[in-house]
Amino acid sequence: MYNQYKLQYETGVLRETASQTAGPFVHIGLALEIAGFESRSDEIWQDLAKENAEGEHIELVGSVYDGNGDLVHDALIEVWQADSHGNYIADFDNKKPFSGFGRSACAMDGDFYFKTIKPGQVQFDGKLMAPHVNIAIFARGINLHLQTRAYFDDEQVANENCPILNSVPSPVRRKTLVAVKEEGDAKPRYRFNIYLQGEGETVFFDF
Amino acid sequence: MNQNTSKISQNYPSFLPRDRSWQPAQYTPGYKTSVARSPRQAFVSLQRASASERSGPTFNGLEIGKFDNDLLMNFRTDGTQAGLPIGERIIMHGRIIDQFGKPVPNTLVEMWQANAGGRYRHKKDSYLAPLDPNFGGVGRCITDADGYYHFRTVRPGPYPWPNGINTWRPAHIHVSVMGPSISTRLITQMYFEGDPLIPLCPIVQVLKDPEAVETMIARLDMSMSKPMDCLAYRFDVVVRGALQTYFEE
Repeated sequence: MYNQYKLQYETGVLRETASQTAGPFVHIGLALEIAGFESRSDEIWQDLAKENAEGEHIELVGSVYDGNGDLVHDALIEVWQADSHGNYIADFDNKKPFSGFGRSACAMDGDFYFKTIKPGQVQFDGKLMAPHVNIAIFARGINLHLQTRAYFDDEQVANENCPILNSVPSPVRRKTLVAVKEEGDAKPRYRFNIYLQGEGETVFFDF
Repeated sequence: MNQNTSKISQNYPSFLPRDRSWQPAQYTPGYKTSVARSPRQAFVSLQRASASERSGPTFNGLEIGKFDNDLLMNFRTDGTQAGLPIGERIIMHGRIIDQFGKPVPNTLVEMWQANAGGRYRHKKDSYLAPLDPNFGGVGRCITDADGYYHFRTVRPGPYPWPNGINTWRPAHIHVSVMGPSISTRLITQMYFEGDPLIPLCPIVQVLKDPEAVETMIARLDMSMSKPMDCLAYRFDVVVRGALQTYFEE
């Protein structure tokens, strides 16, 4: 008889359930359109901000690359961000102008894509963190999702003073966390490519 | 910049650290795809998590359809007049709790799976087992006040996949849980008690500790099975524990 509950020896608390890859067919569960399903009544997807959302409207795009330099086509990306005032609004609701949570997938051309607003600065330890979007990466071959942050390259002063960005020991590697502004169609567009391994490997956080 | 600065001082819980020697490593060469997709640099550990990591979305505003947790019903191509999916009818149910045993209410639980023949309804799955016209393979629900969730579905079939020569996935259901924060986010796979393919699977083998594998194995639950209708499997998920803040700095 299996018992799902295990105790952590040092603390006496329960062990966290083990993680497994989301696999290549993650879209069936979390990105239905990409798997070829019709949408249900309501979905969690890539437009976080409607036209009437407060703040600077932006696009956040990027690709995920593996250690060979190949595109990771089956990656699923989740974002979590503050609103334009730097507040995290927990209630996800597609009827509201803005929700802080969204999902996208790299499926077709390799790019993920979010329509959102630039987040405000959030306080931490009496300081201000630079505007950033929290990112989780799920894919086949990733046993436990990877966690990173996308900052913005036109927030130089805020970035230089961000306590989290400064906690990355290598100044060279801090640059992997900064999205680069591109010429967008209408709105400012920032590109945040994620390198899972090798040259320019993205900084991933444990928290 | 000042108008874009948070004025609200919100109290978020902090969470027990994730034990990364218990959880799978990123580089697990027995599971070949992990080799080129695993970081080589050390993770940067945040000594103290900020509001960014301690907060997370809630989904009471997400409109959940009547059959979203009932996979026997939610892909019937011709509505209620159509047939039922082929396969062993099961109830999959359980509770989401944290490491202190506290229930996680009102949290989003999502699942997806292959059909009874081991075939996914996905553009990219080309396994020769047929699609089932009455089975999609996706479900979702929100846990109740005590952290319970339930789905009705068919037991998925095992299927072959290209890793080693002749490698097979044990029957499994992918399970995604949000929990109270992005720190508790977890995606796992539920396996079935007694399946002899479990110990043979390279994806299961990414876990070093056999006890970690057991956290993913659902038990047959005769108490919830329905006579002359379906069997039940119990699958509980433990997410990171939320710490009470007794002393503020």
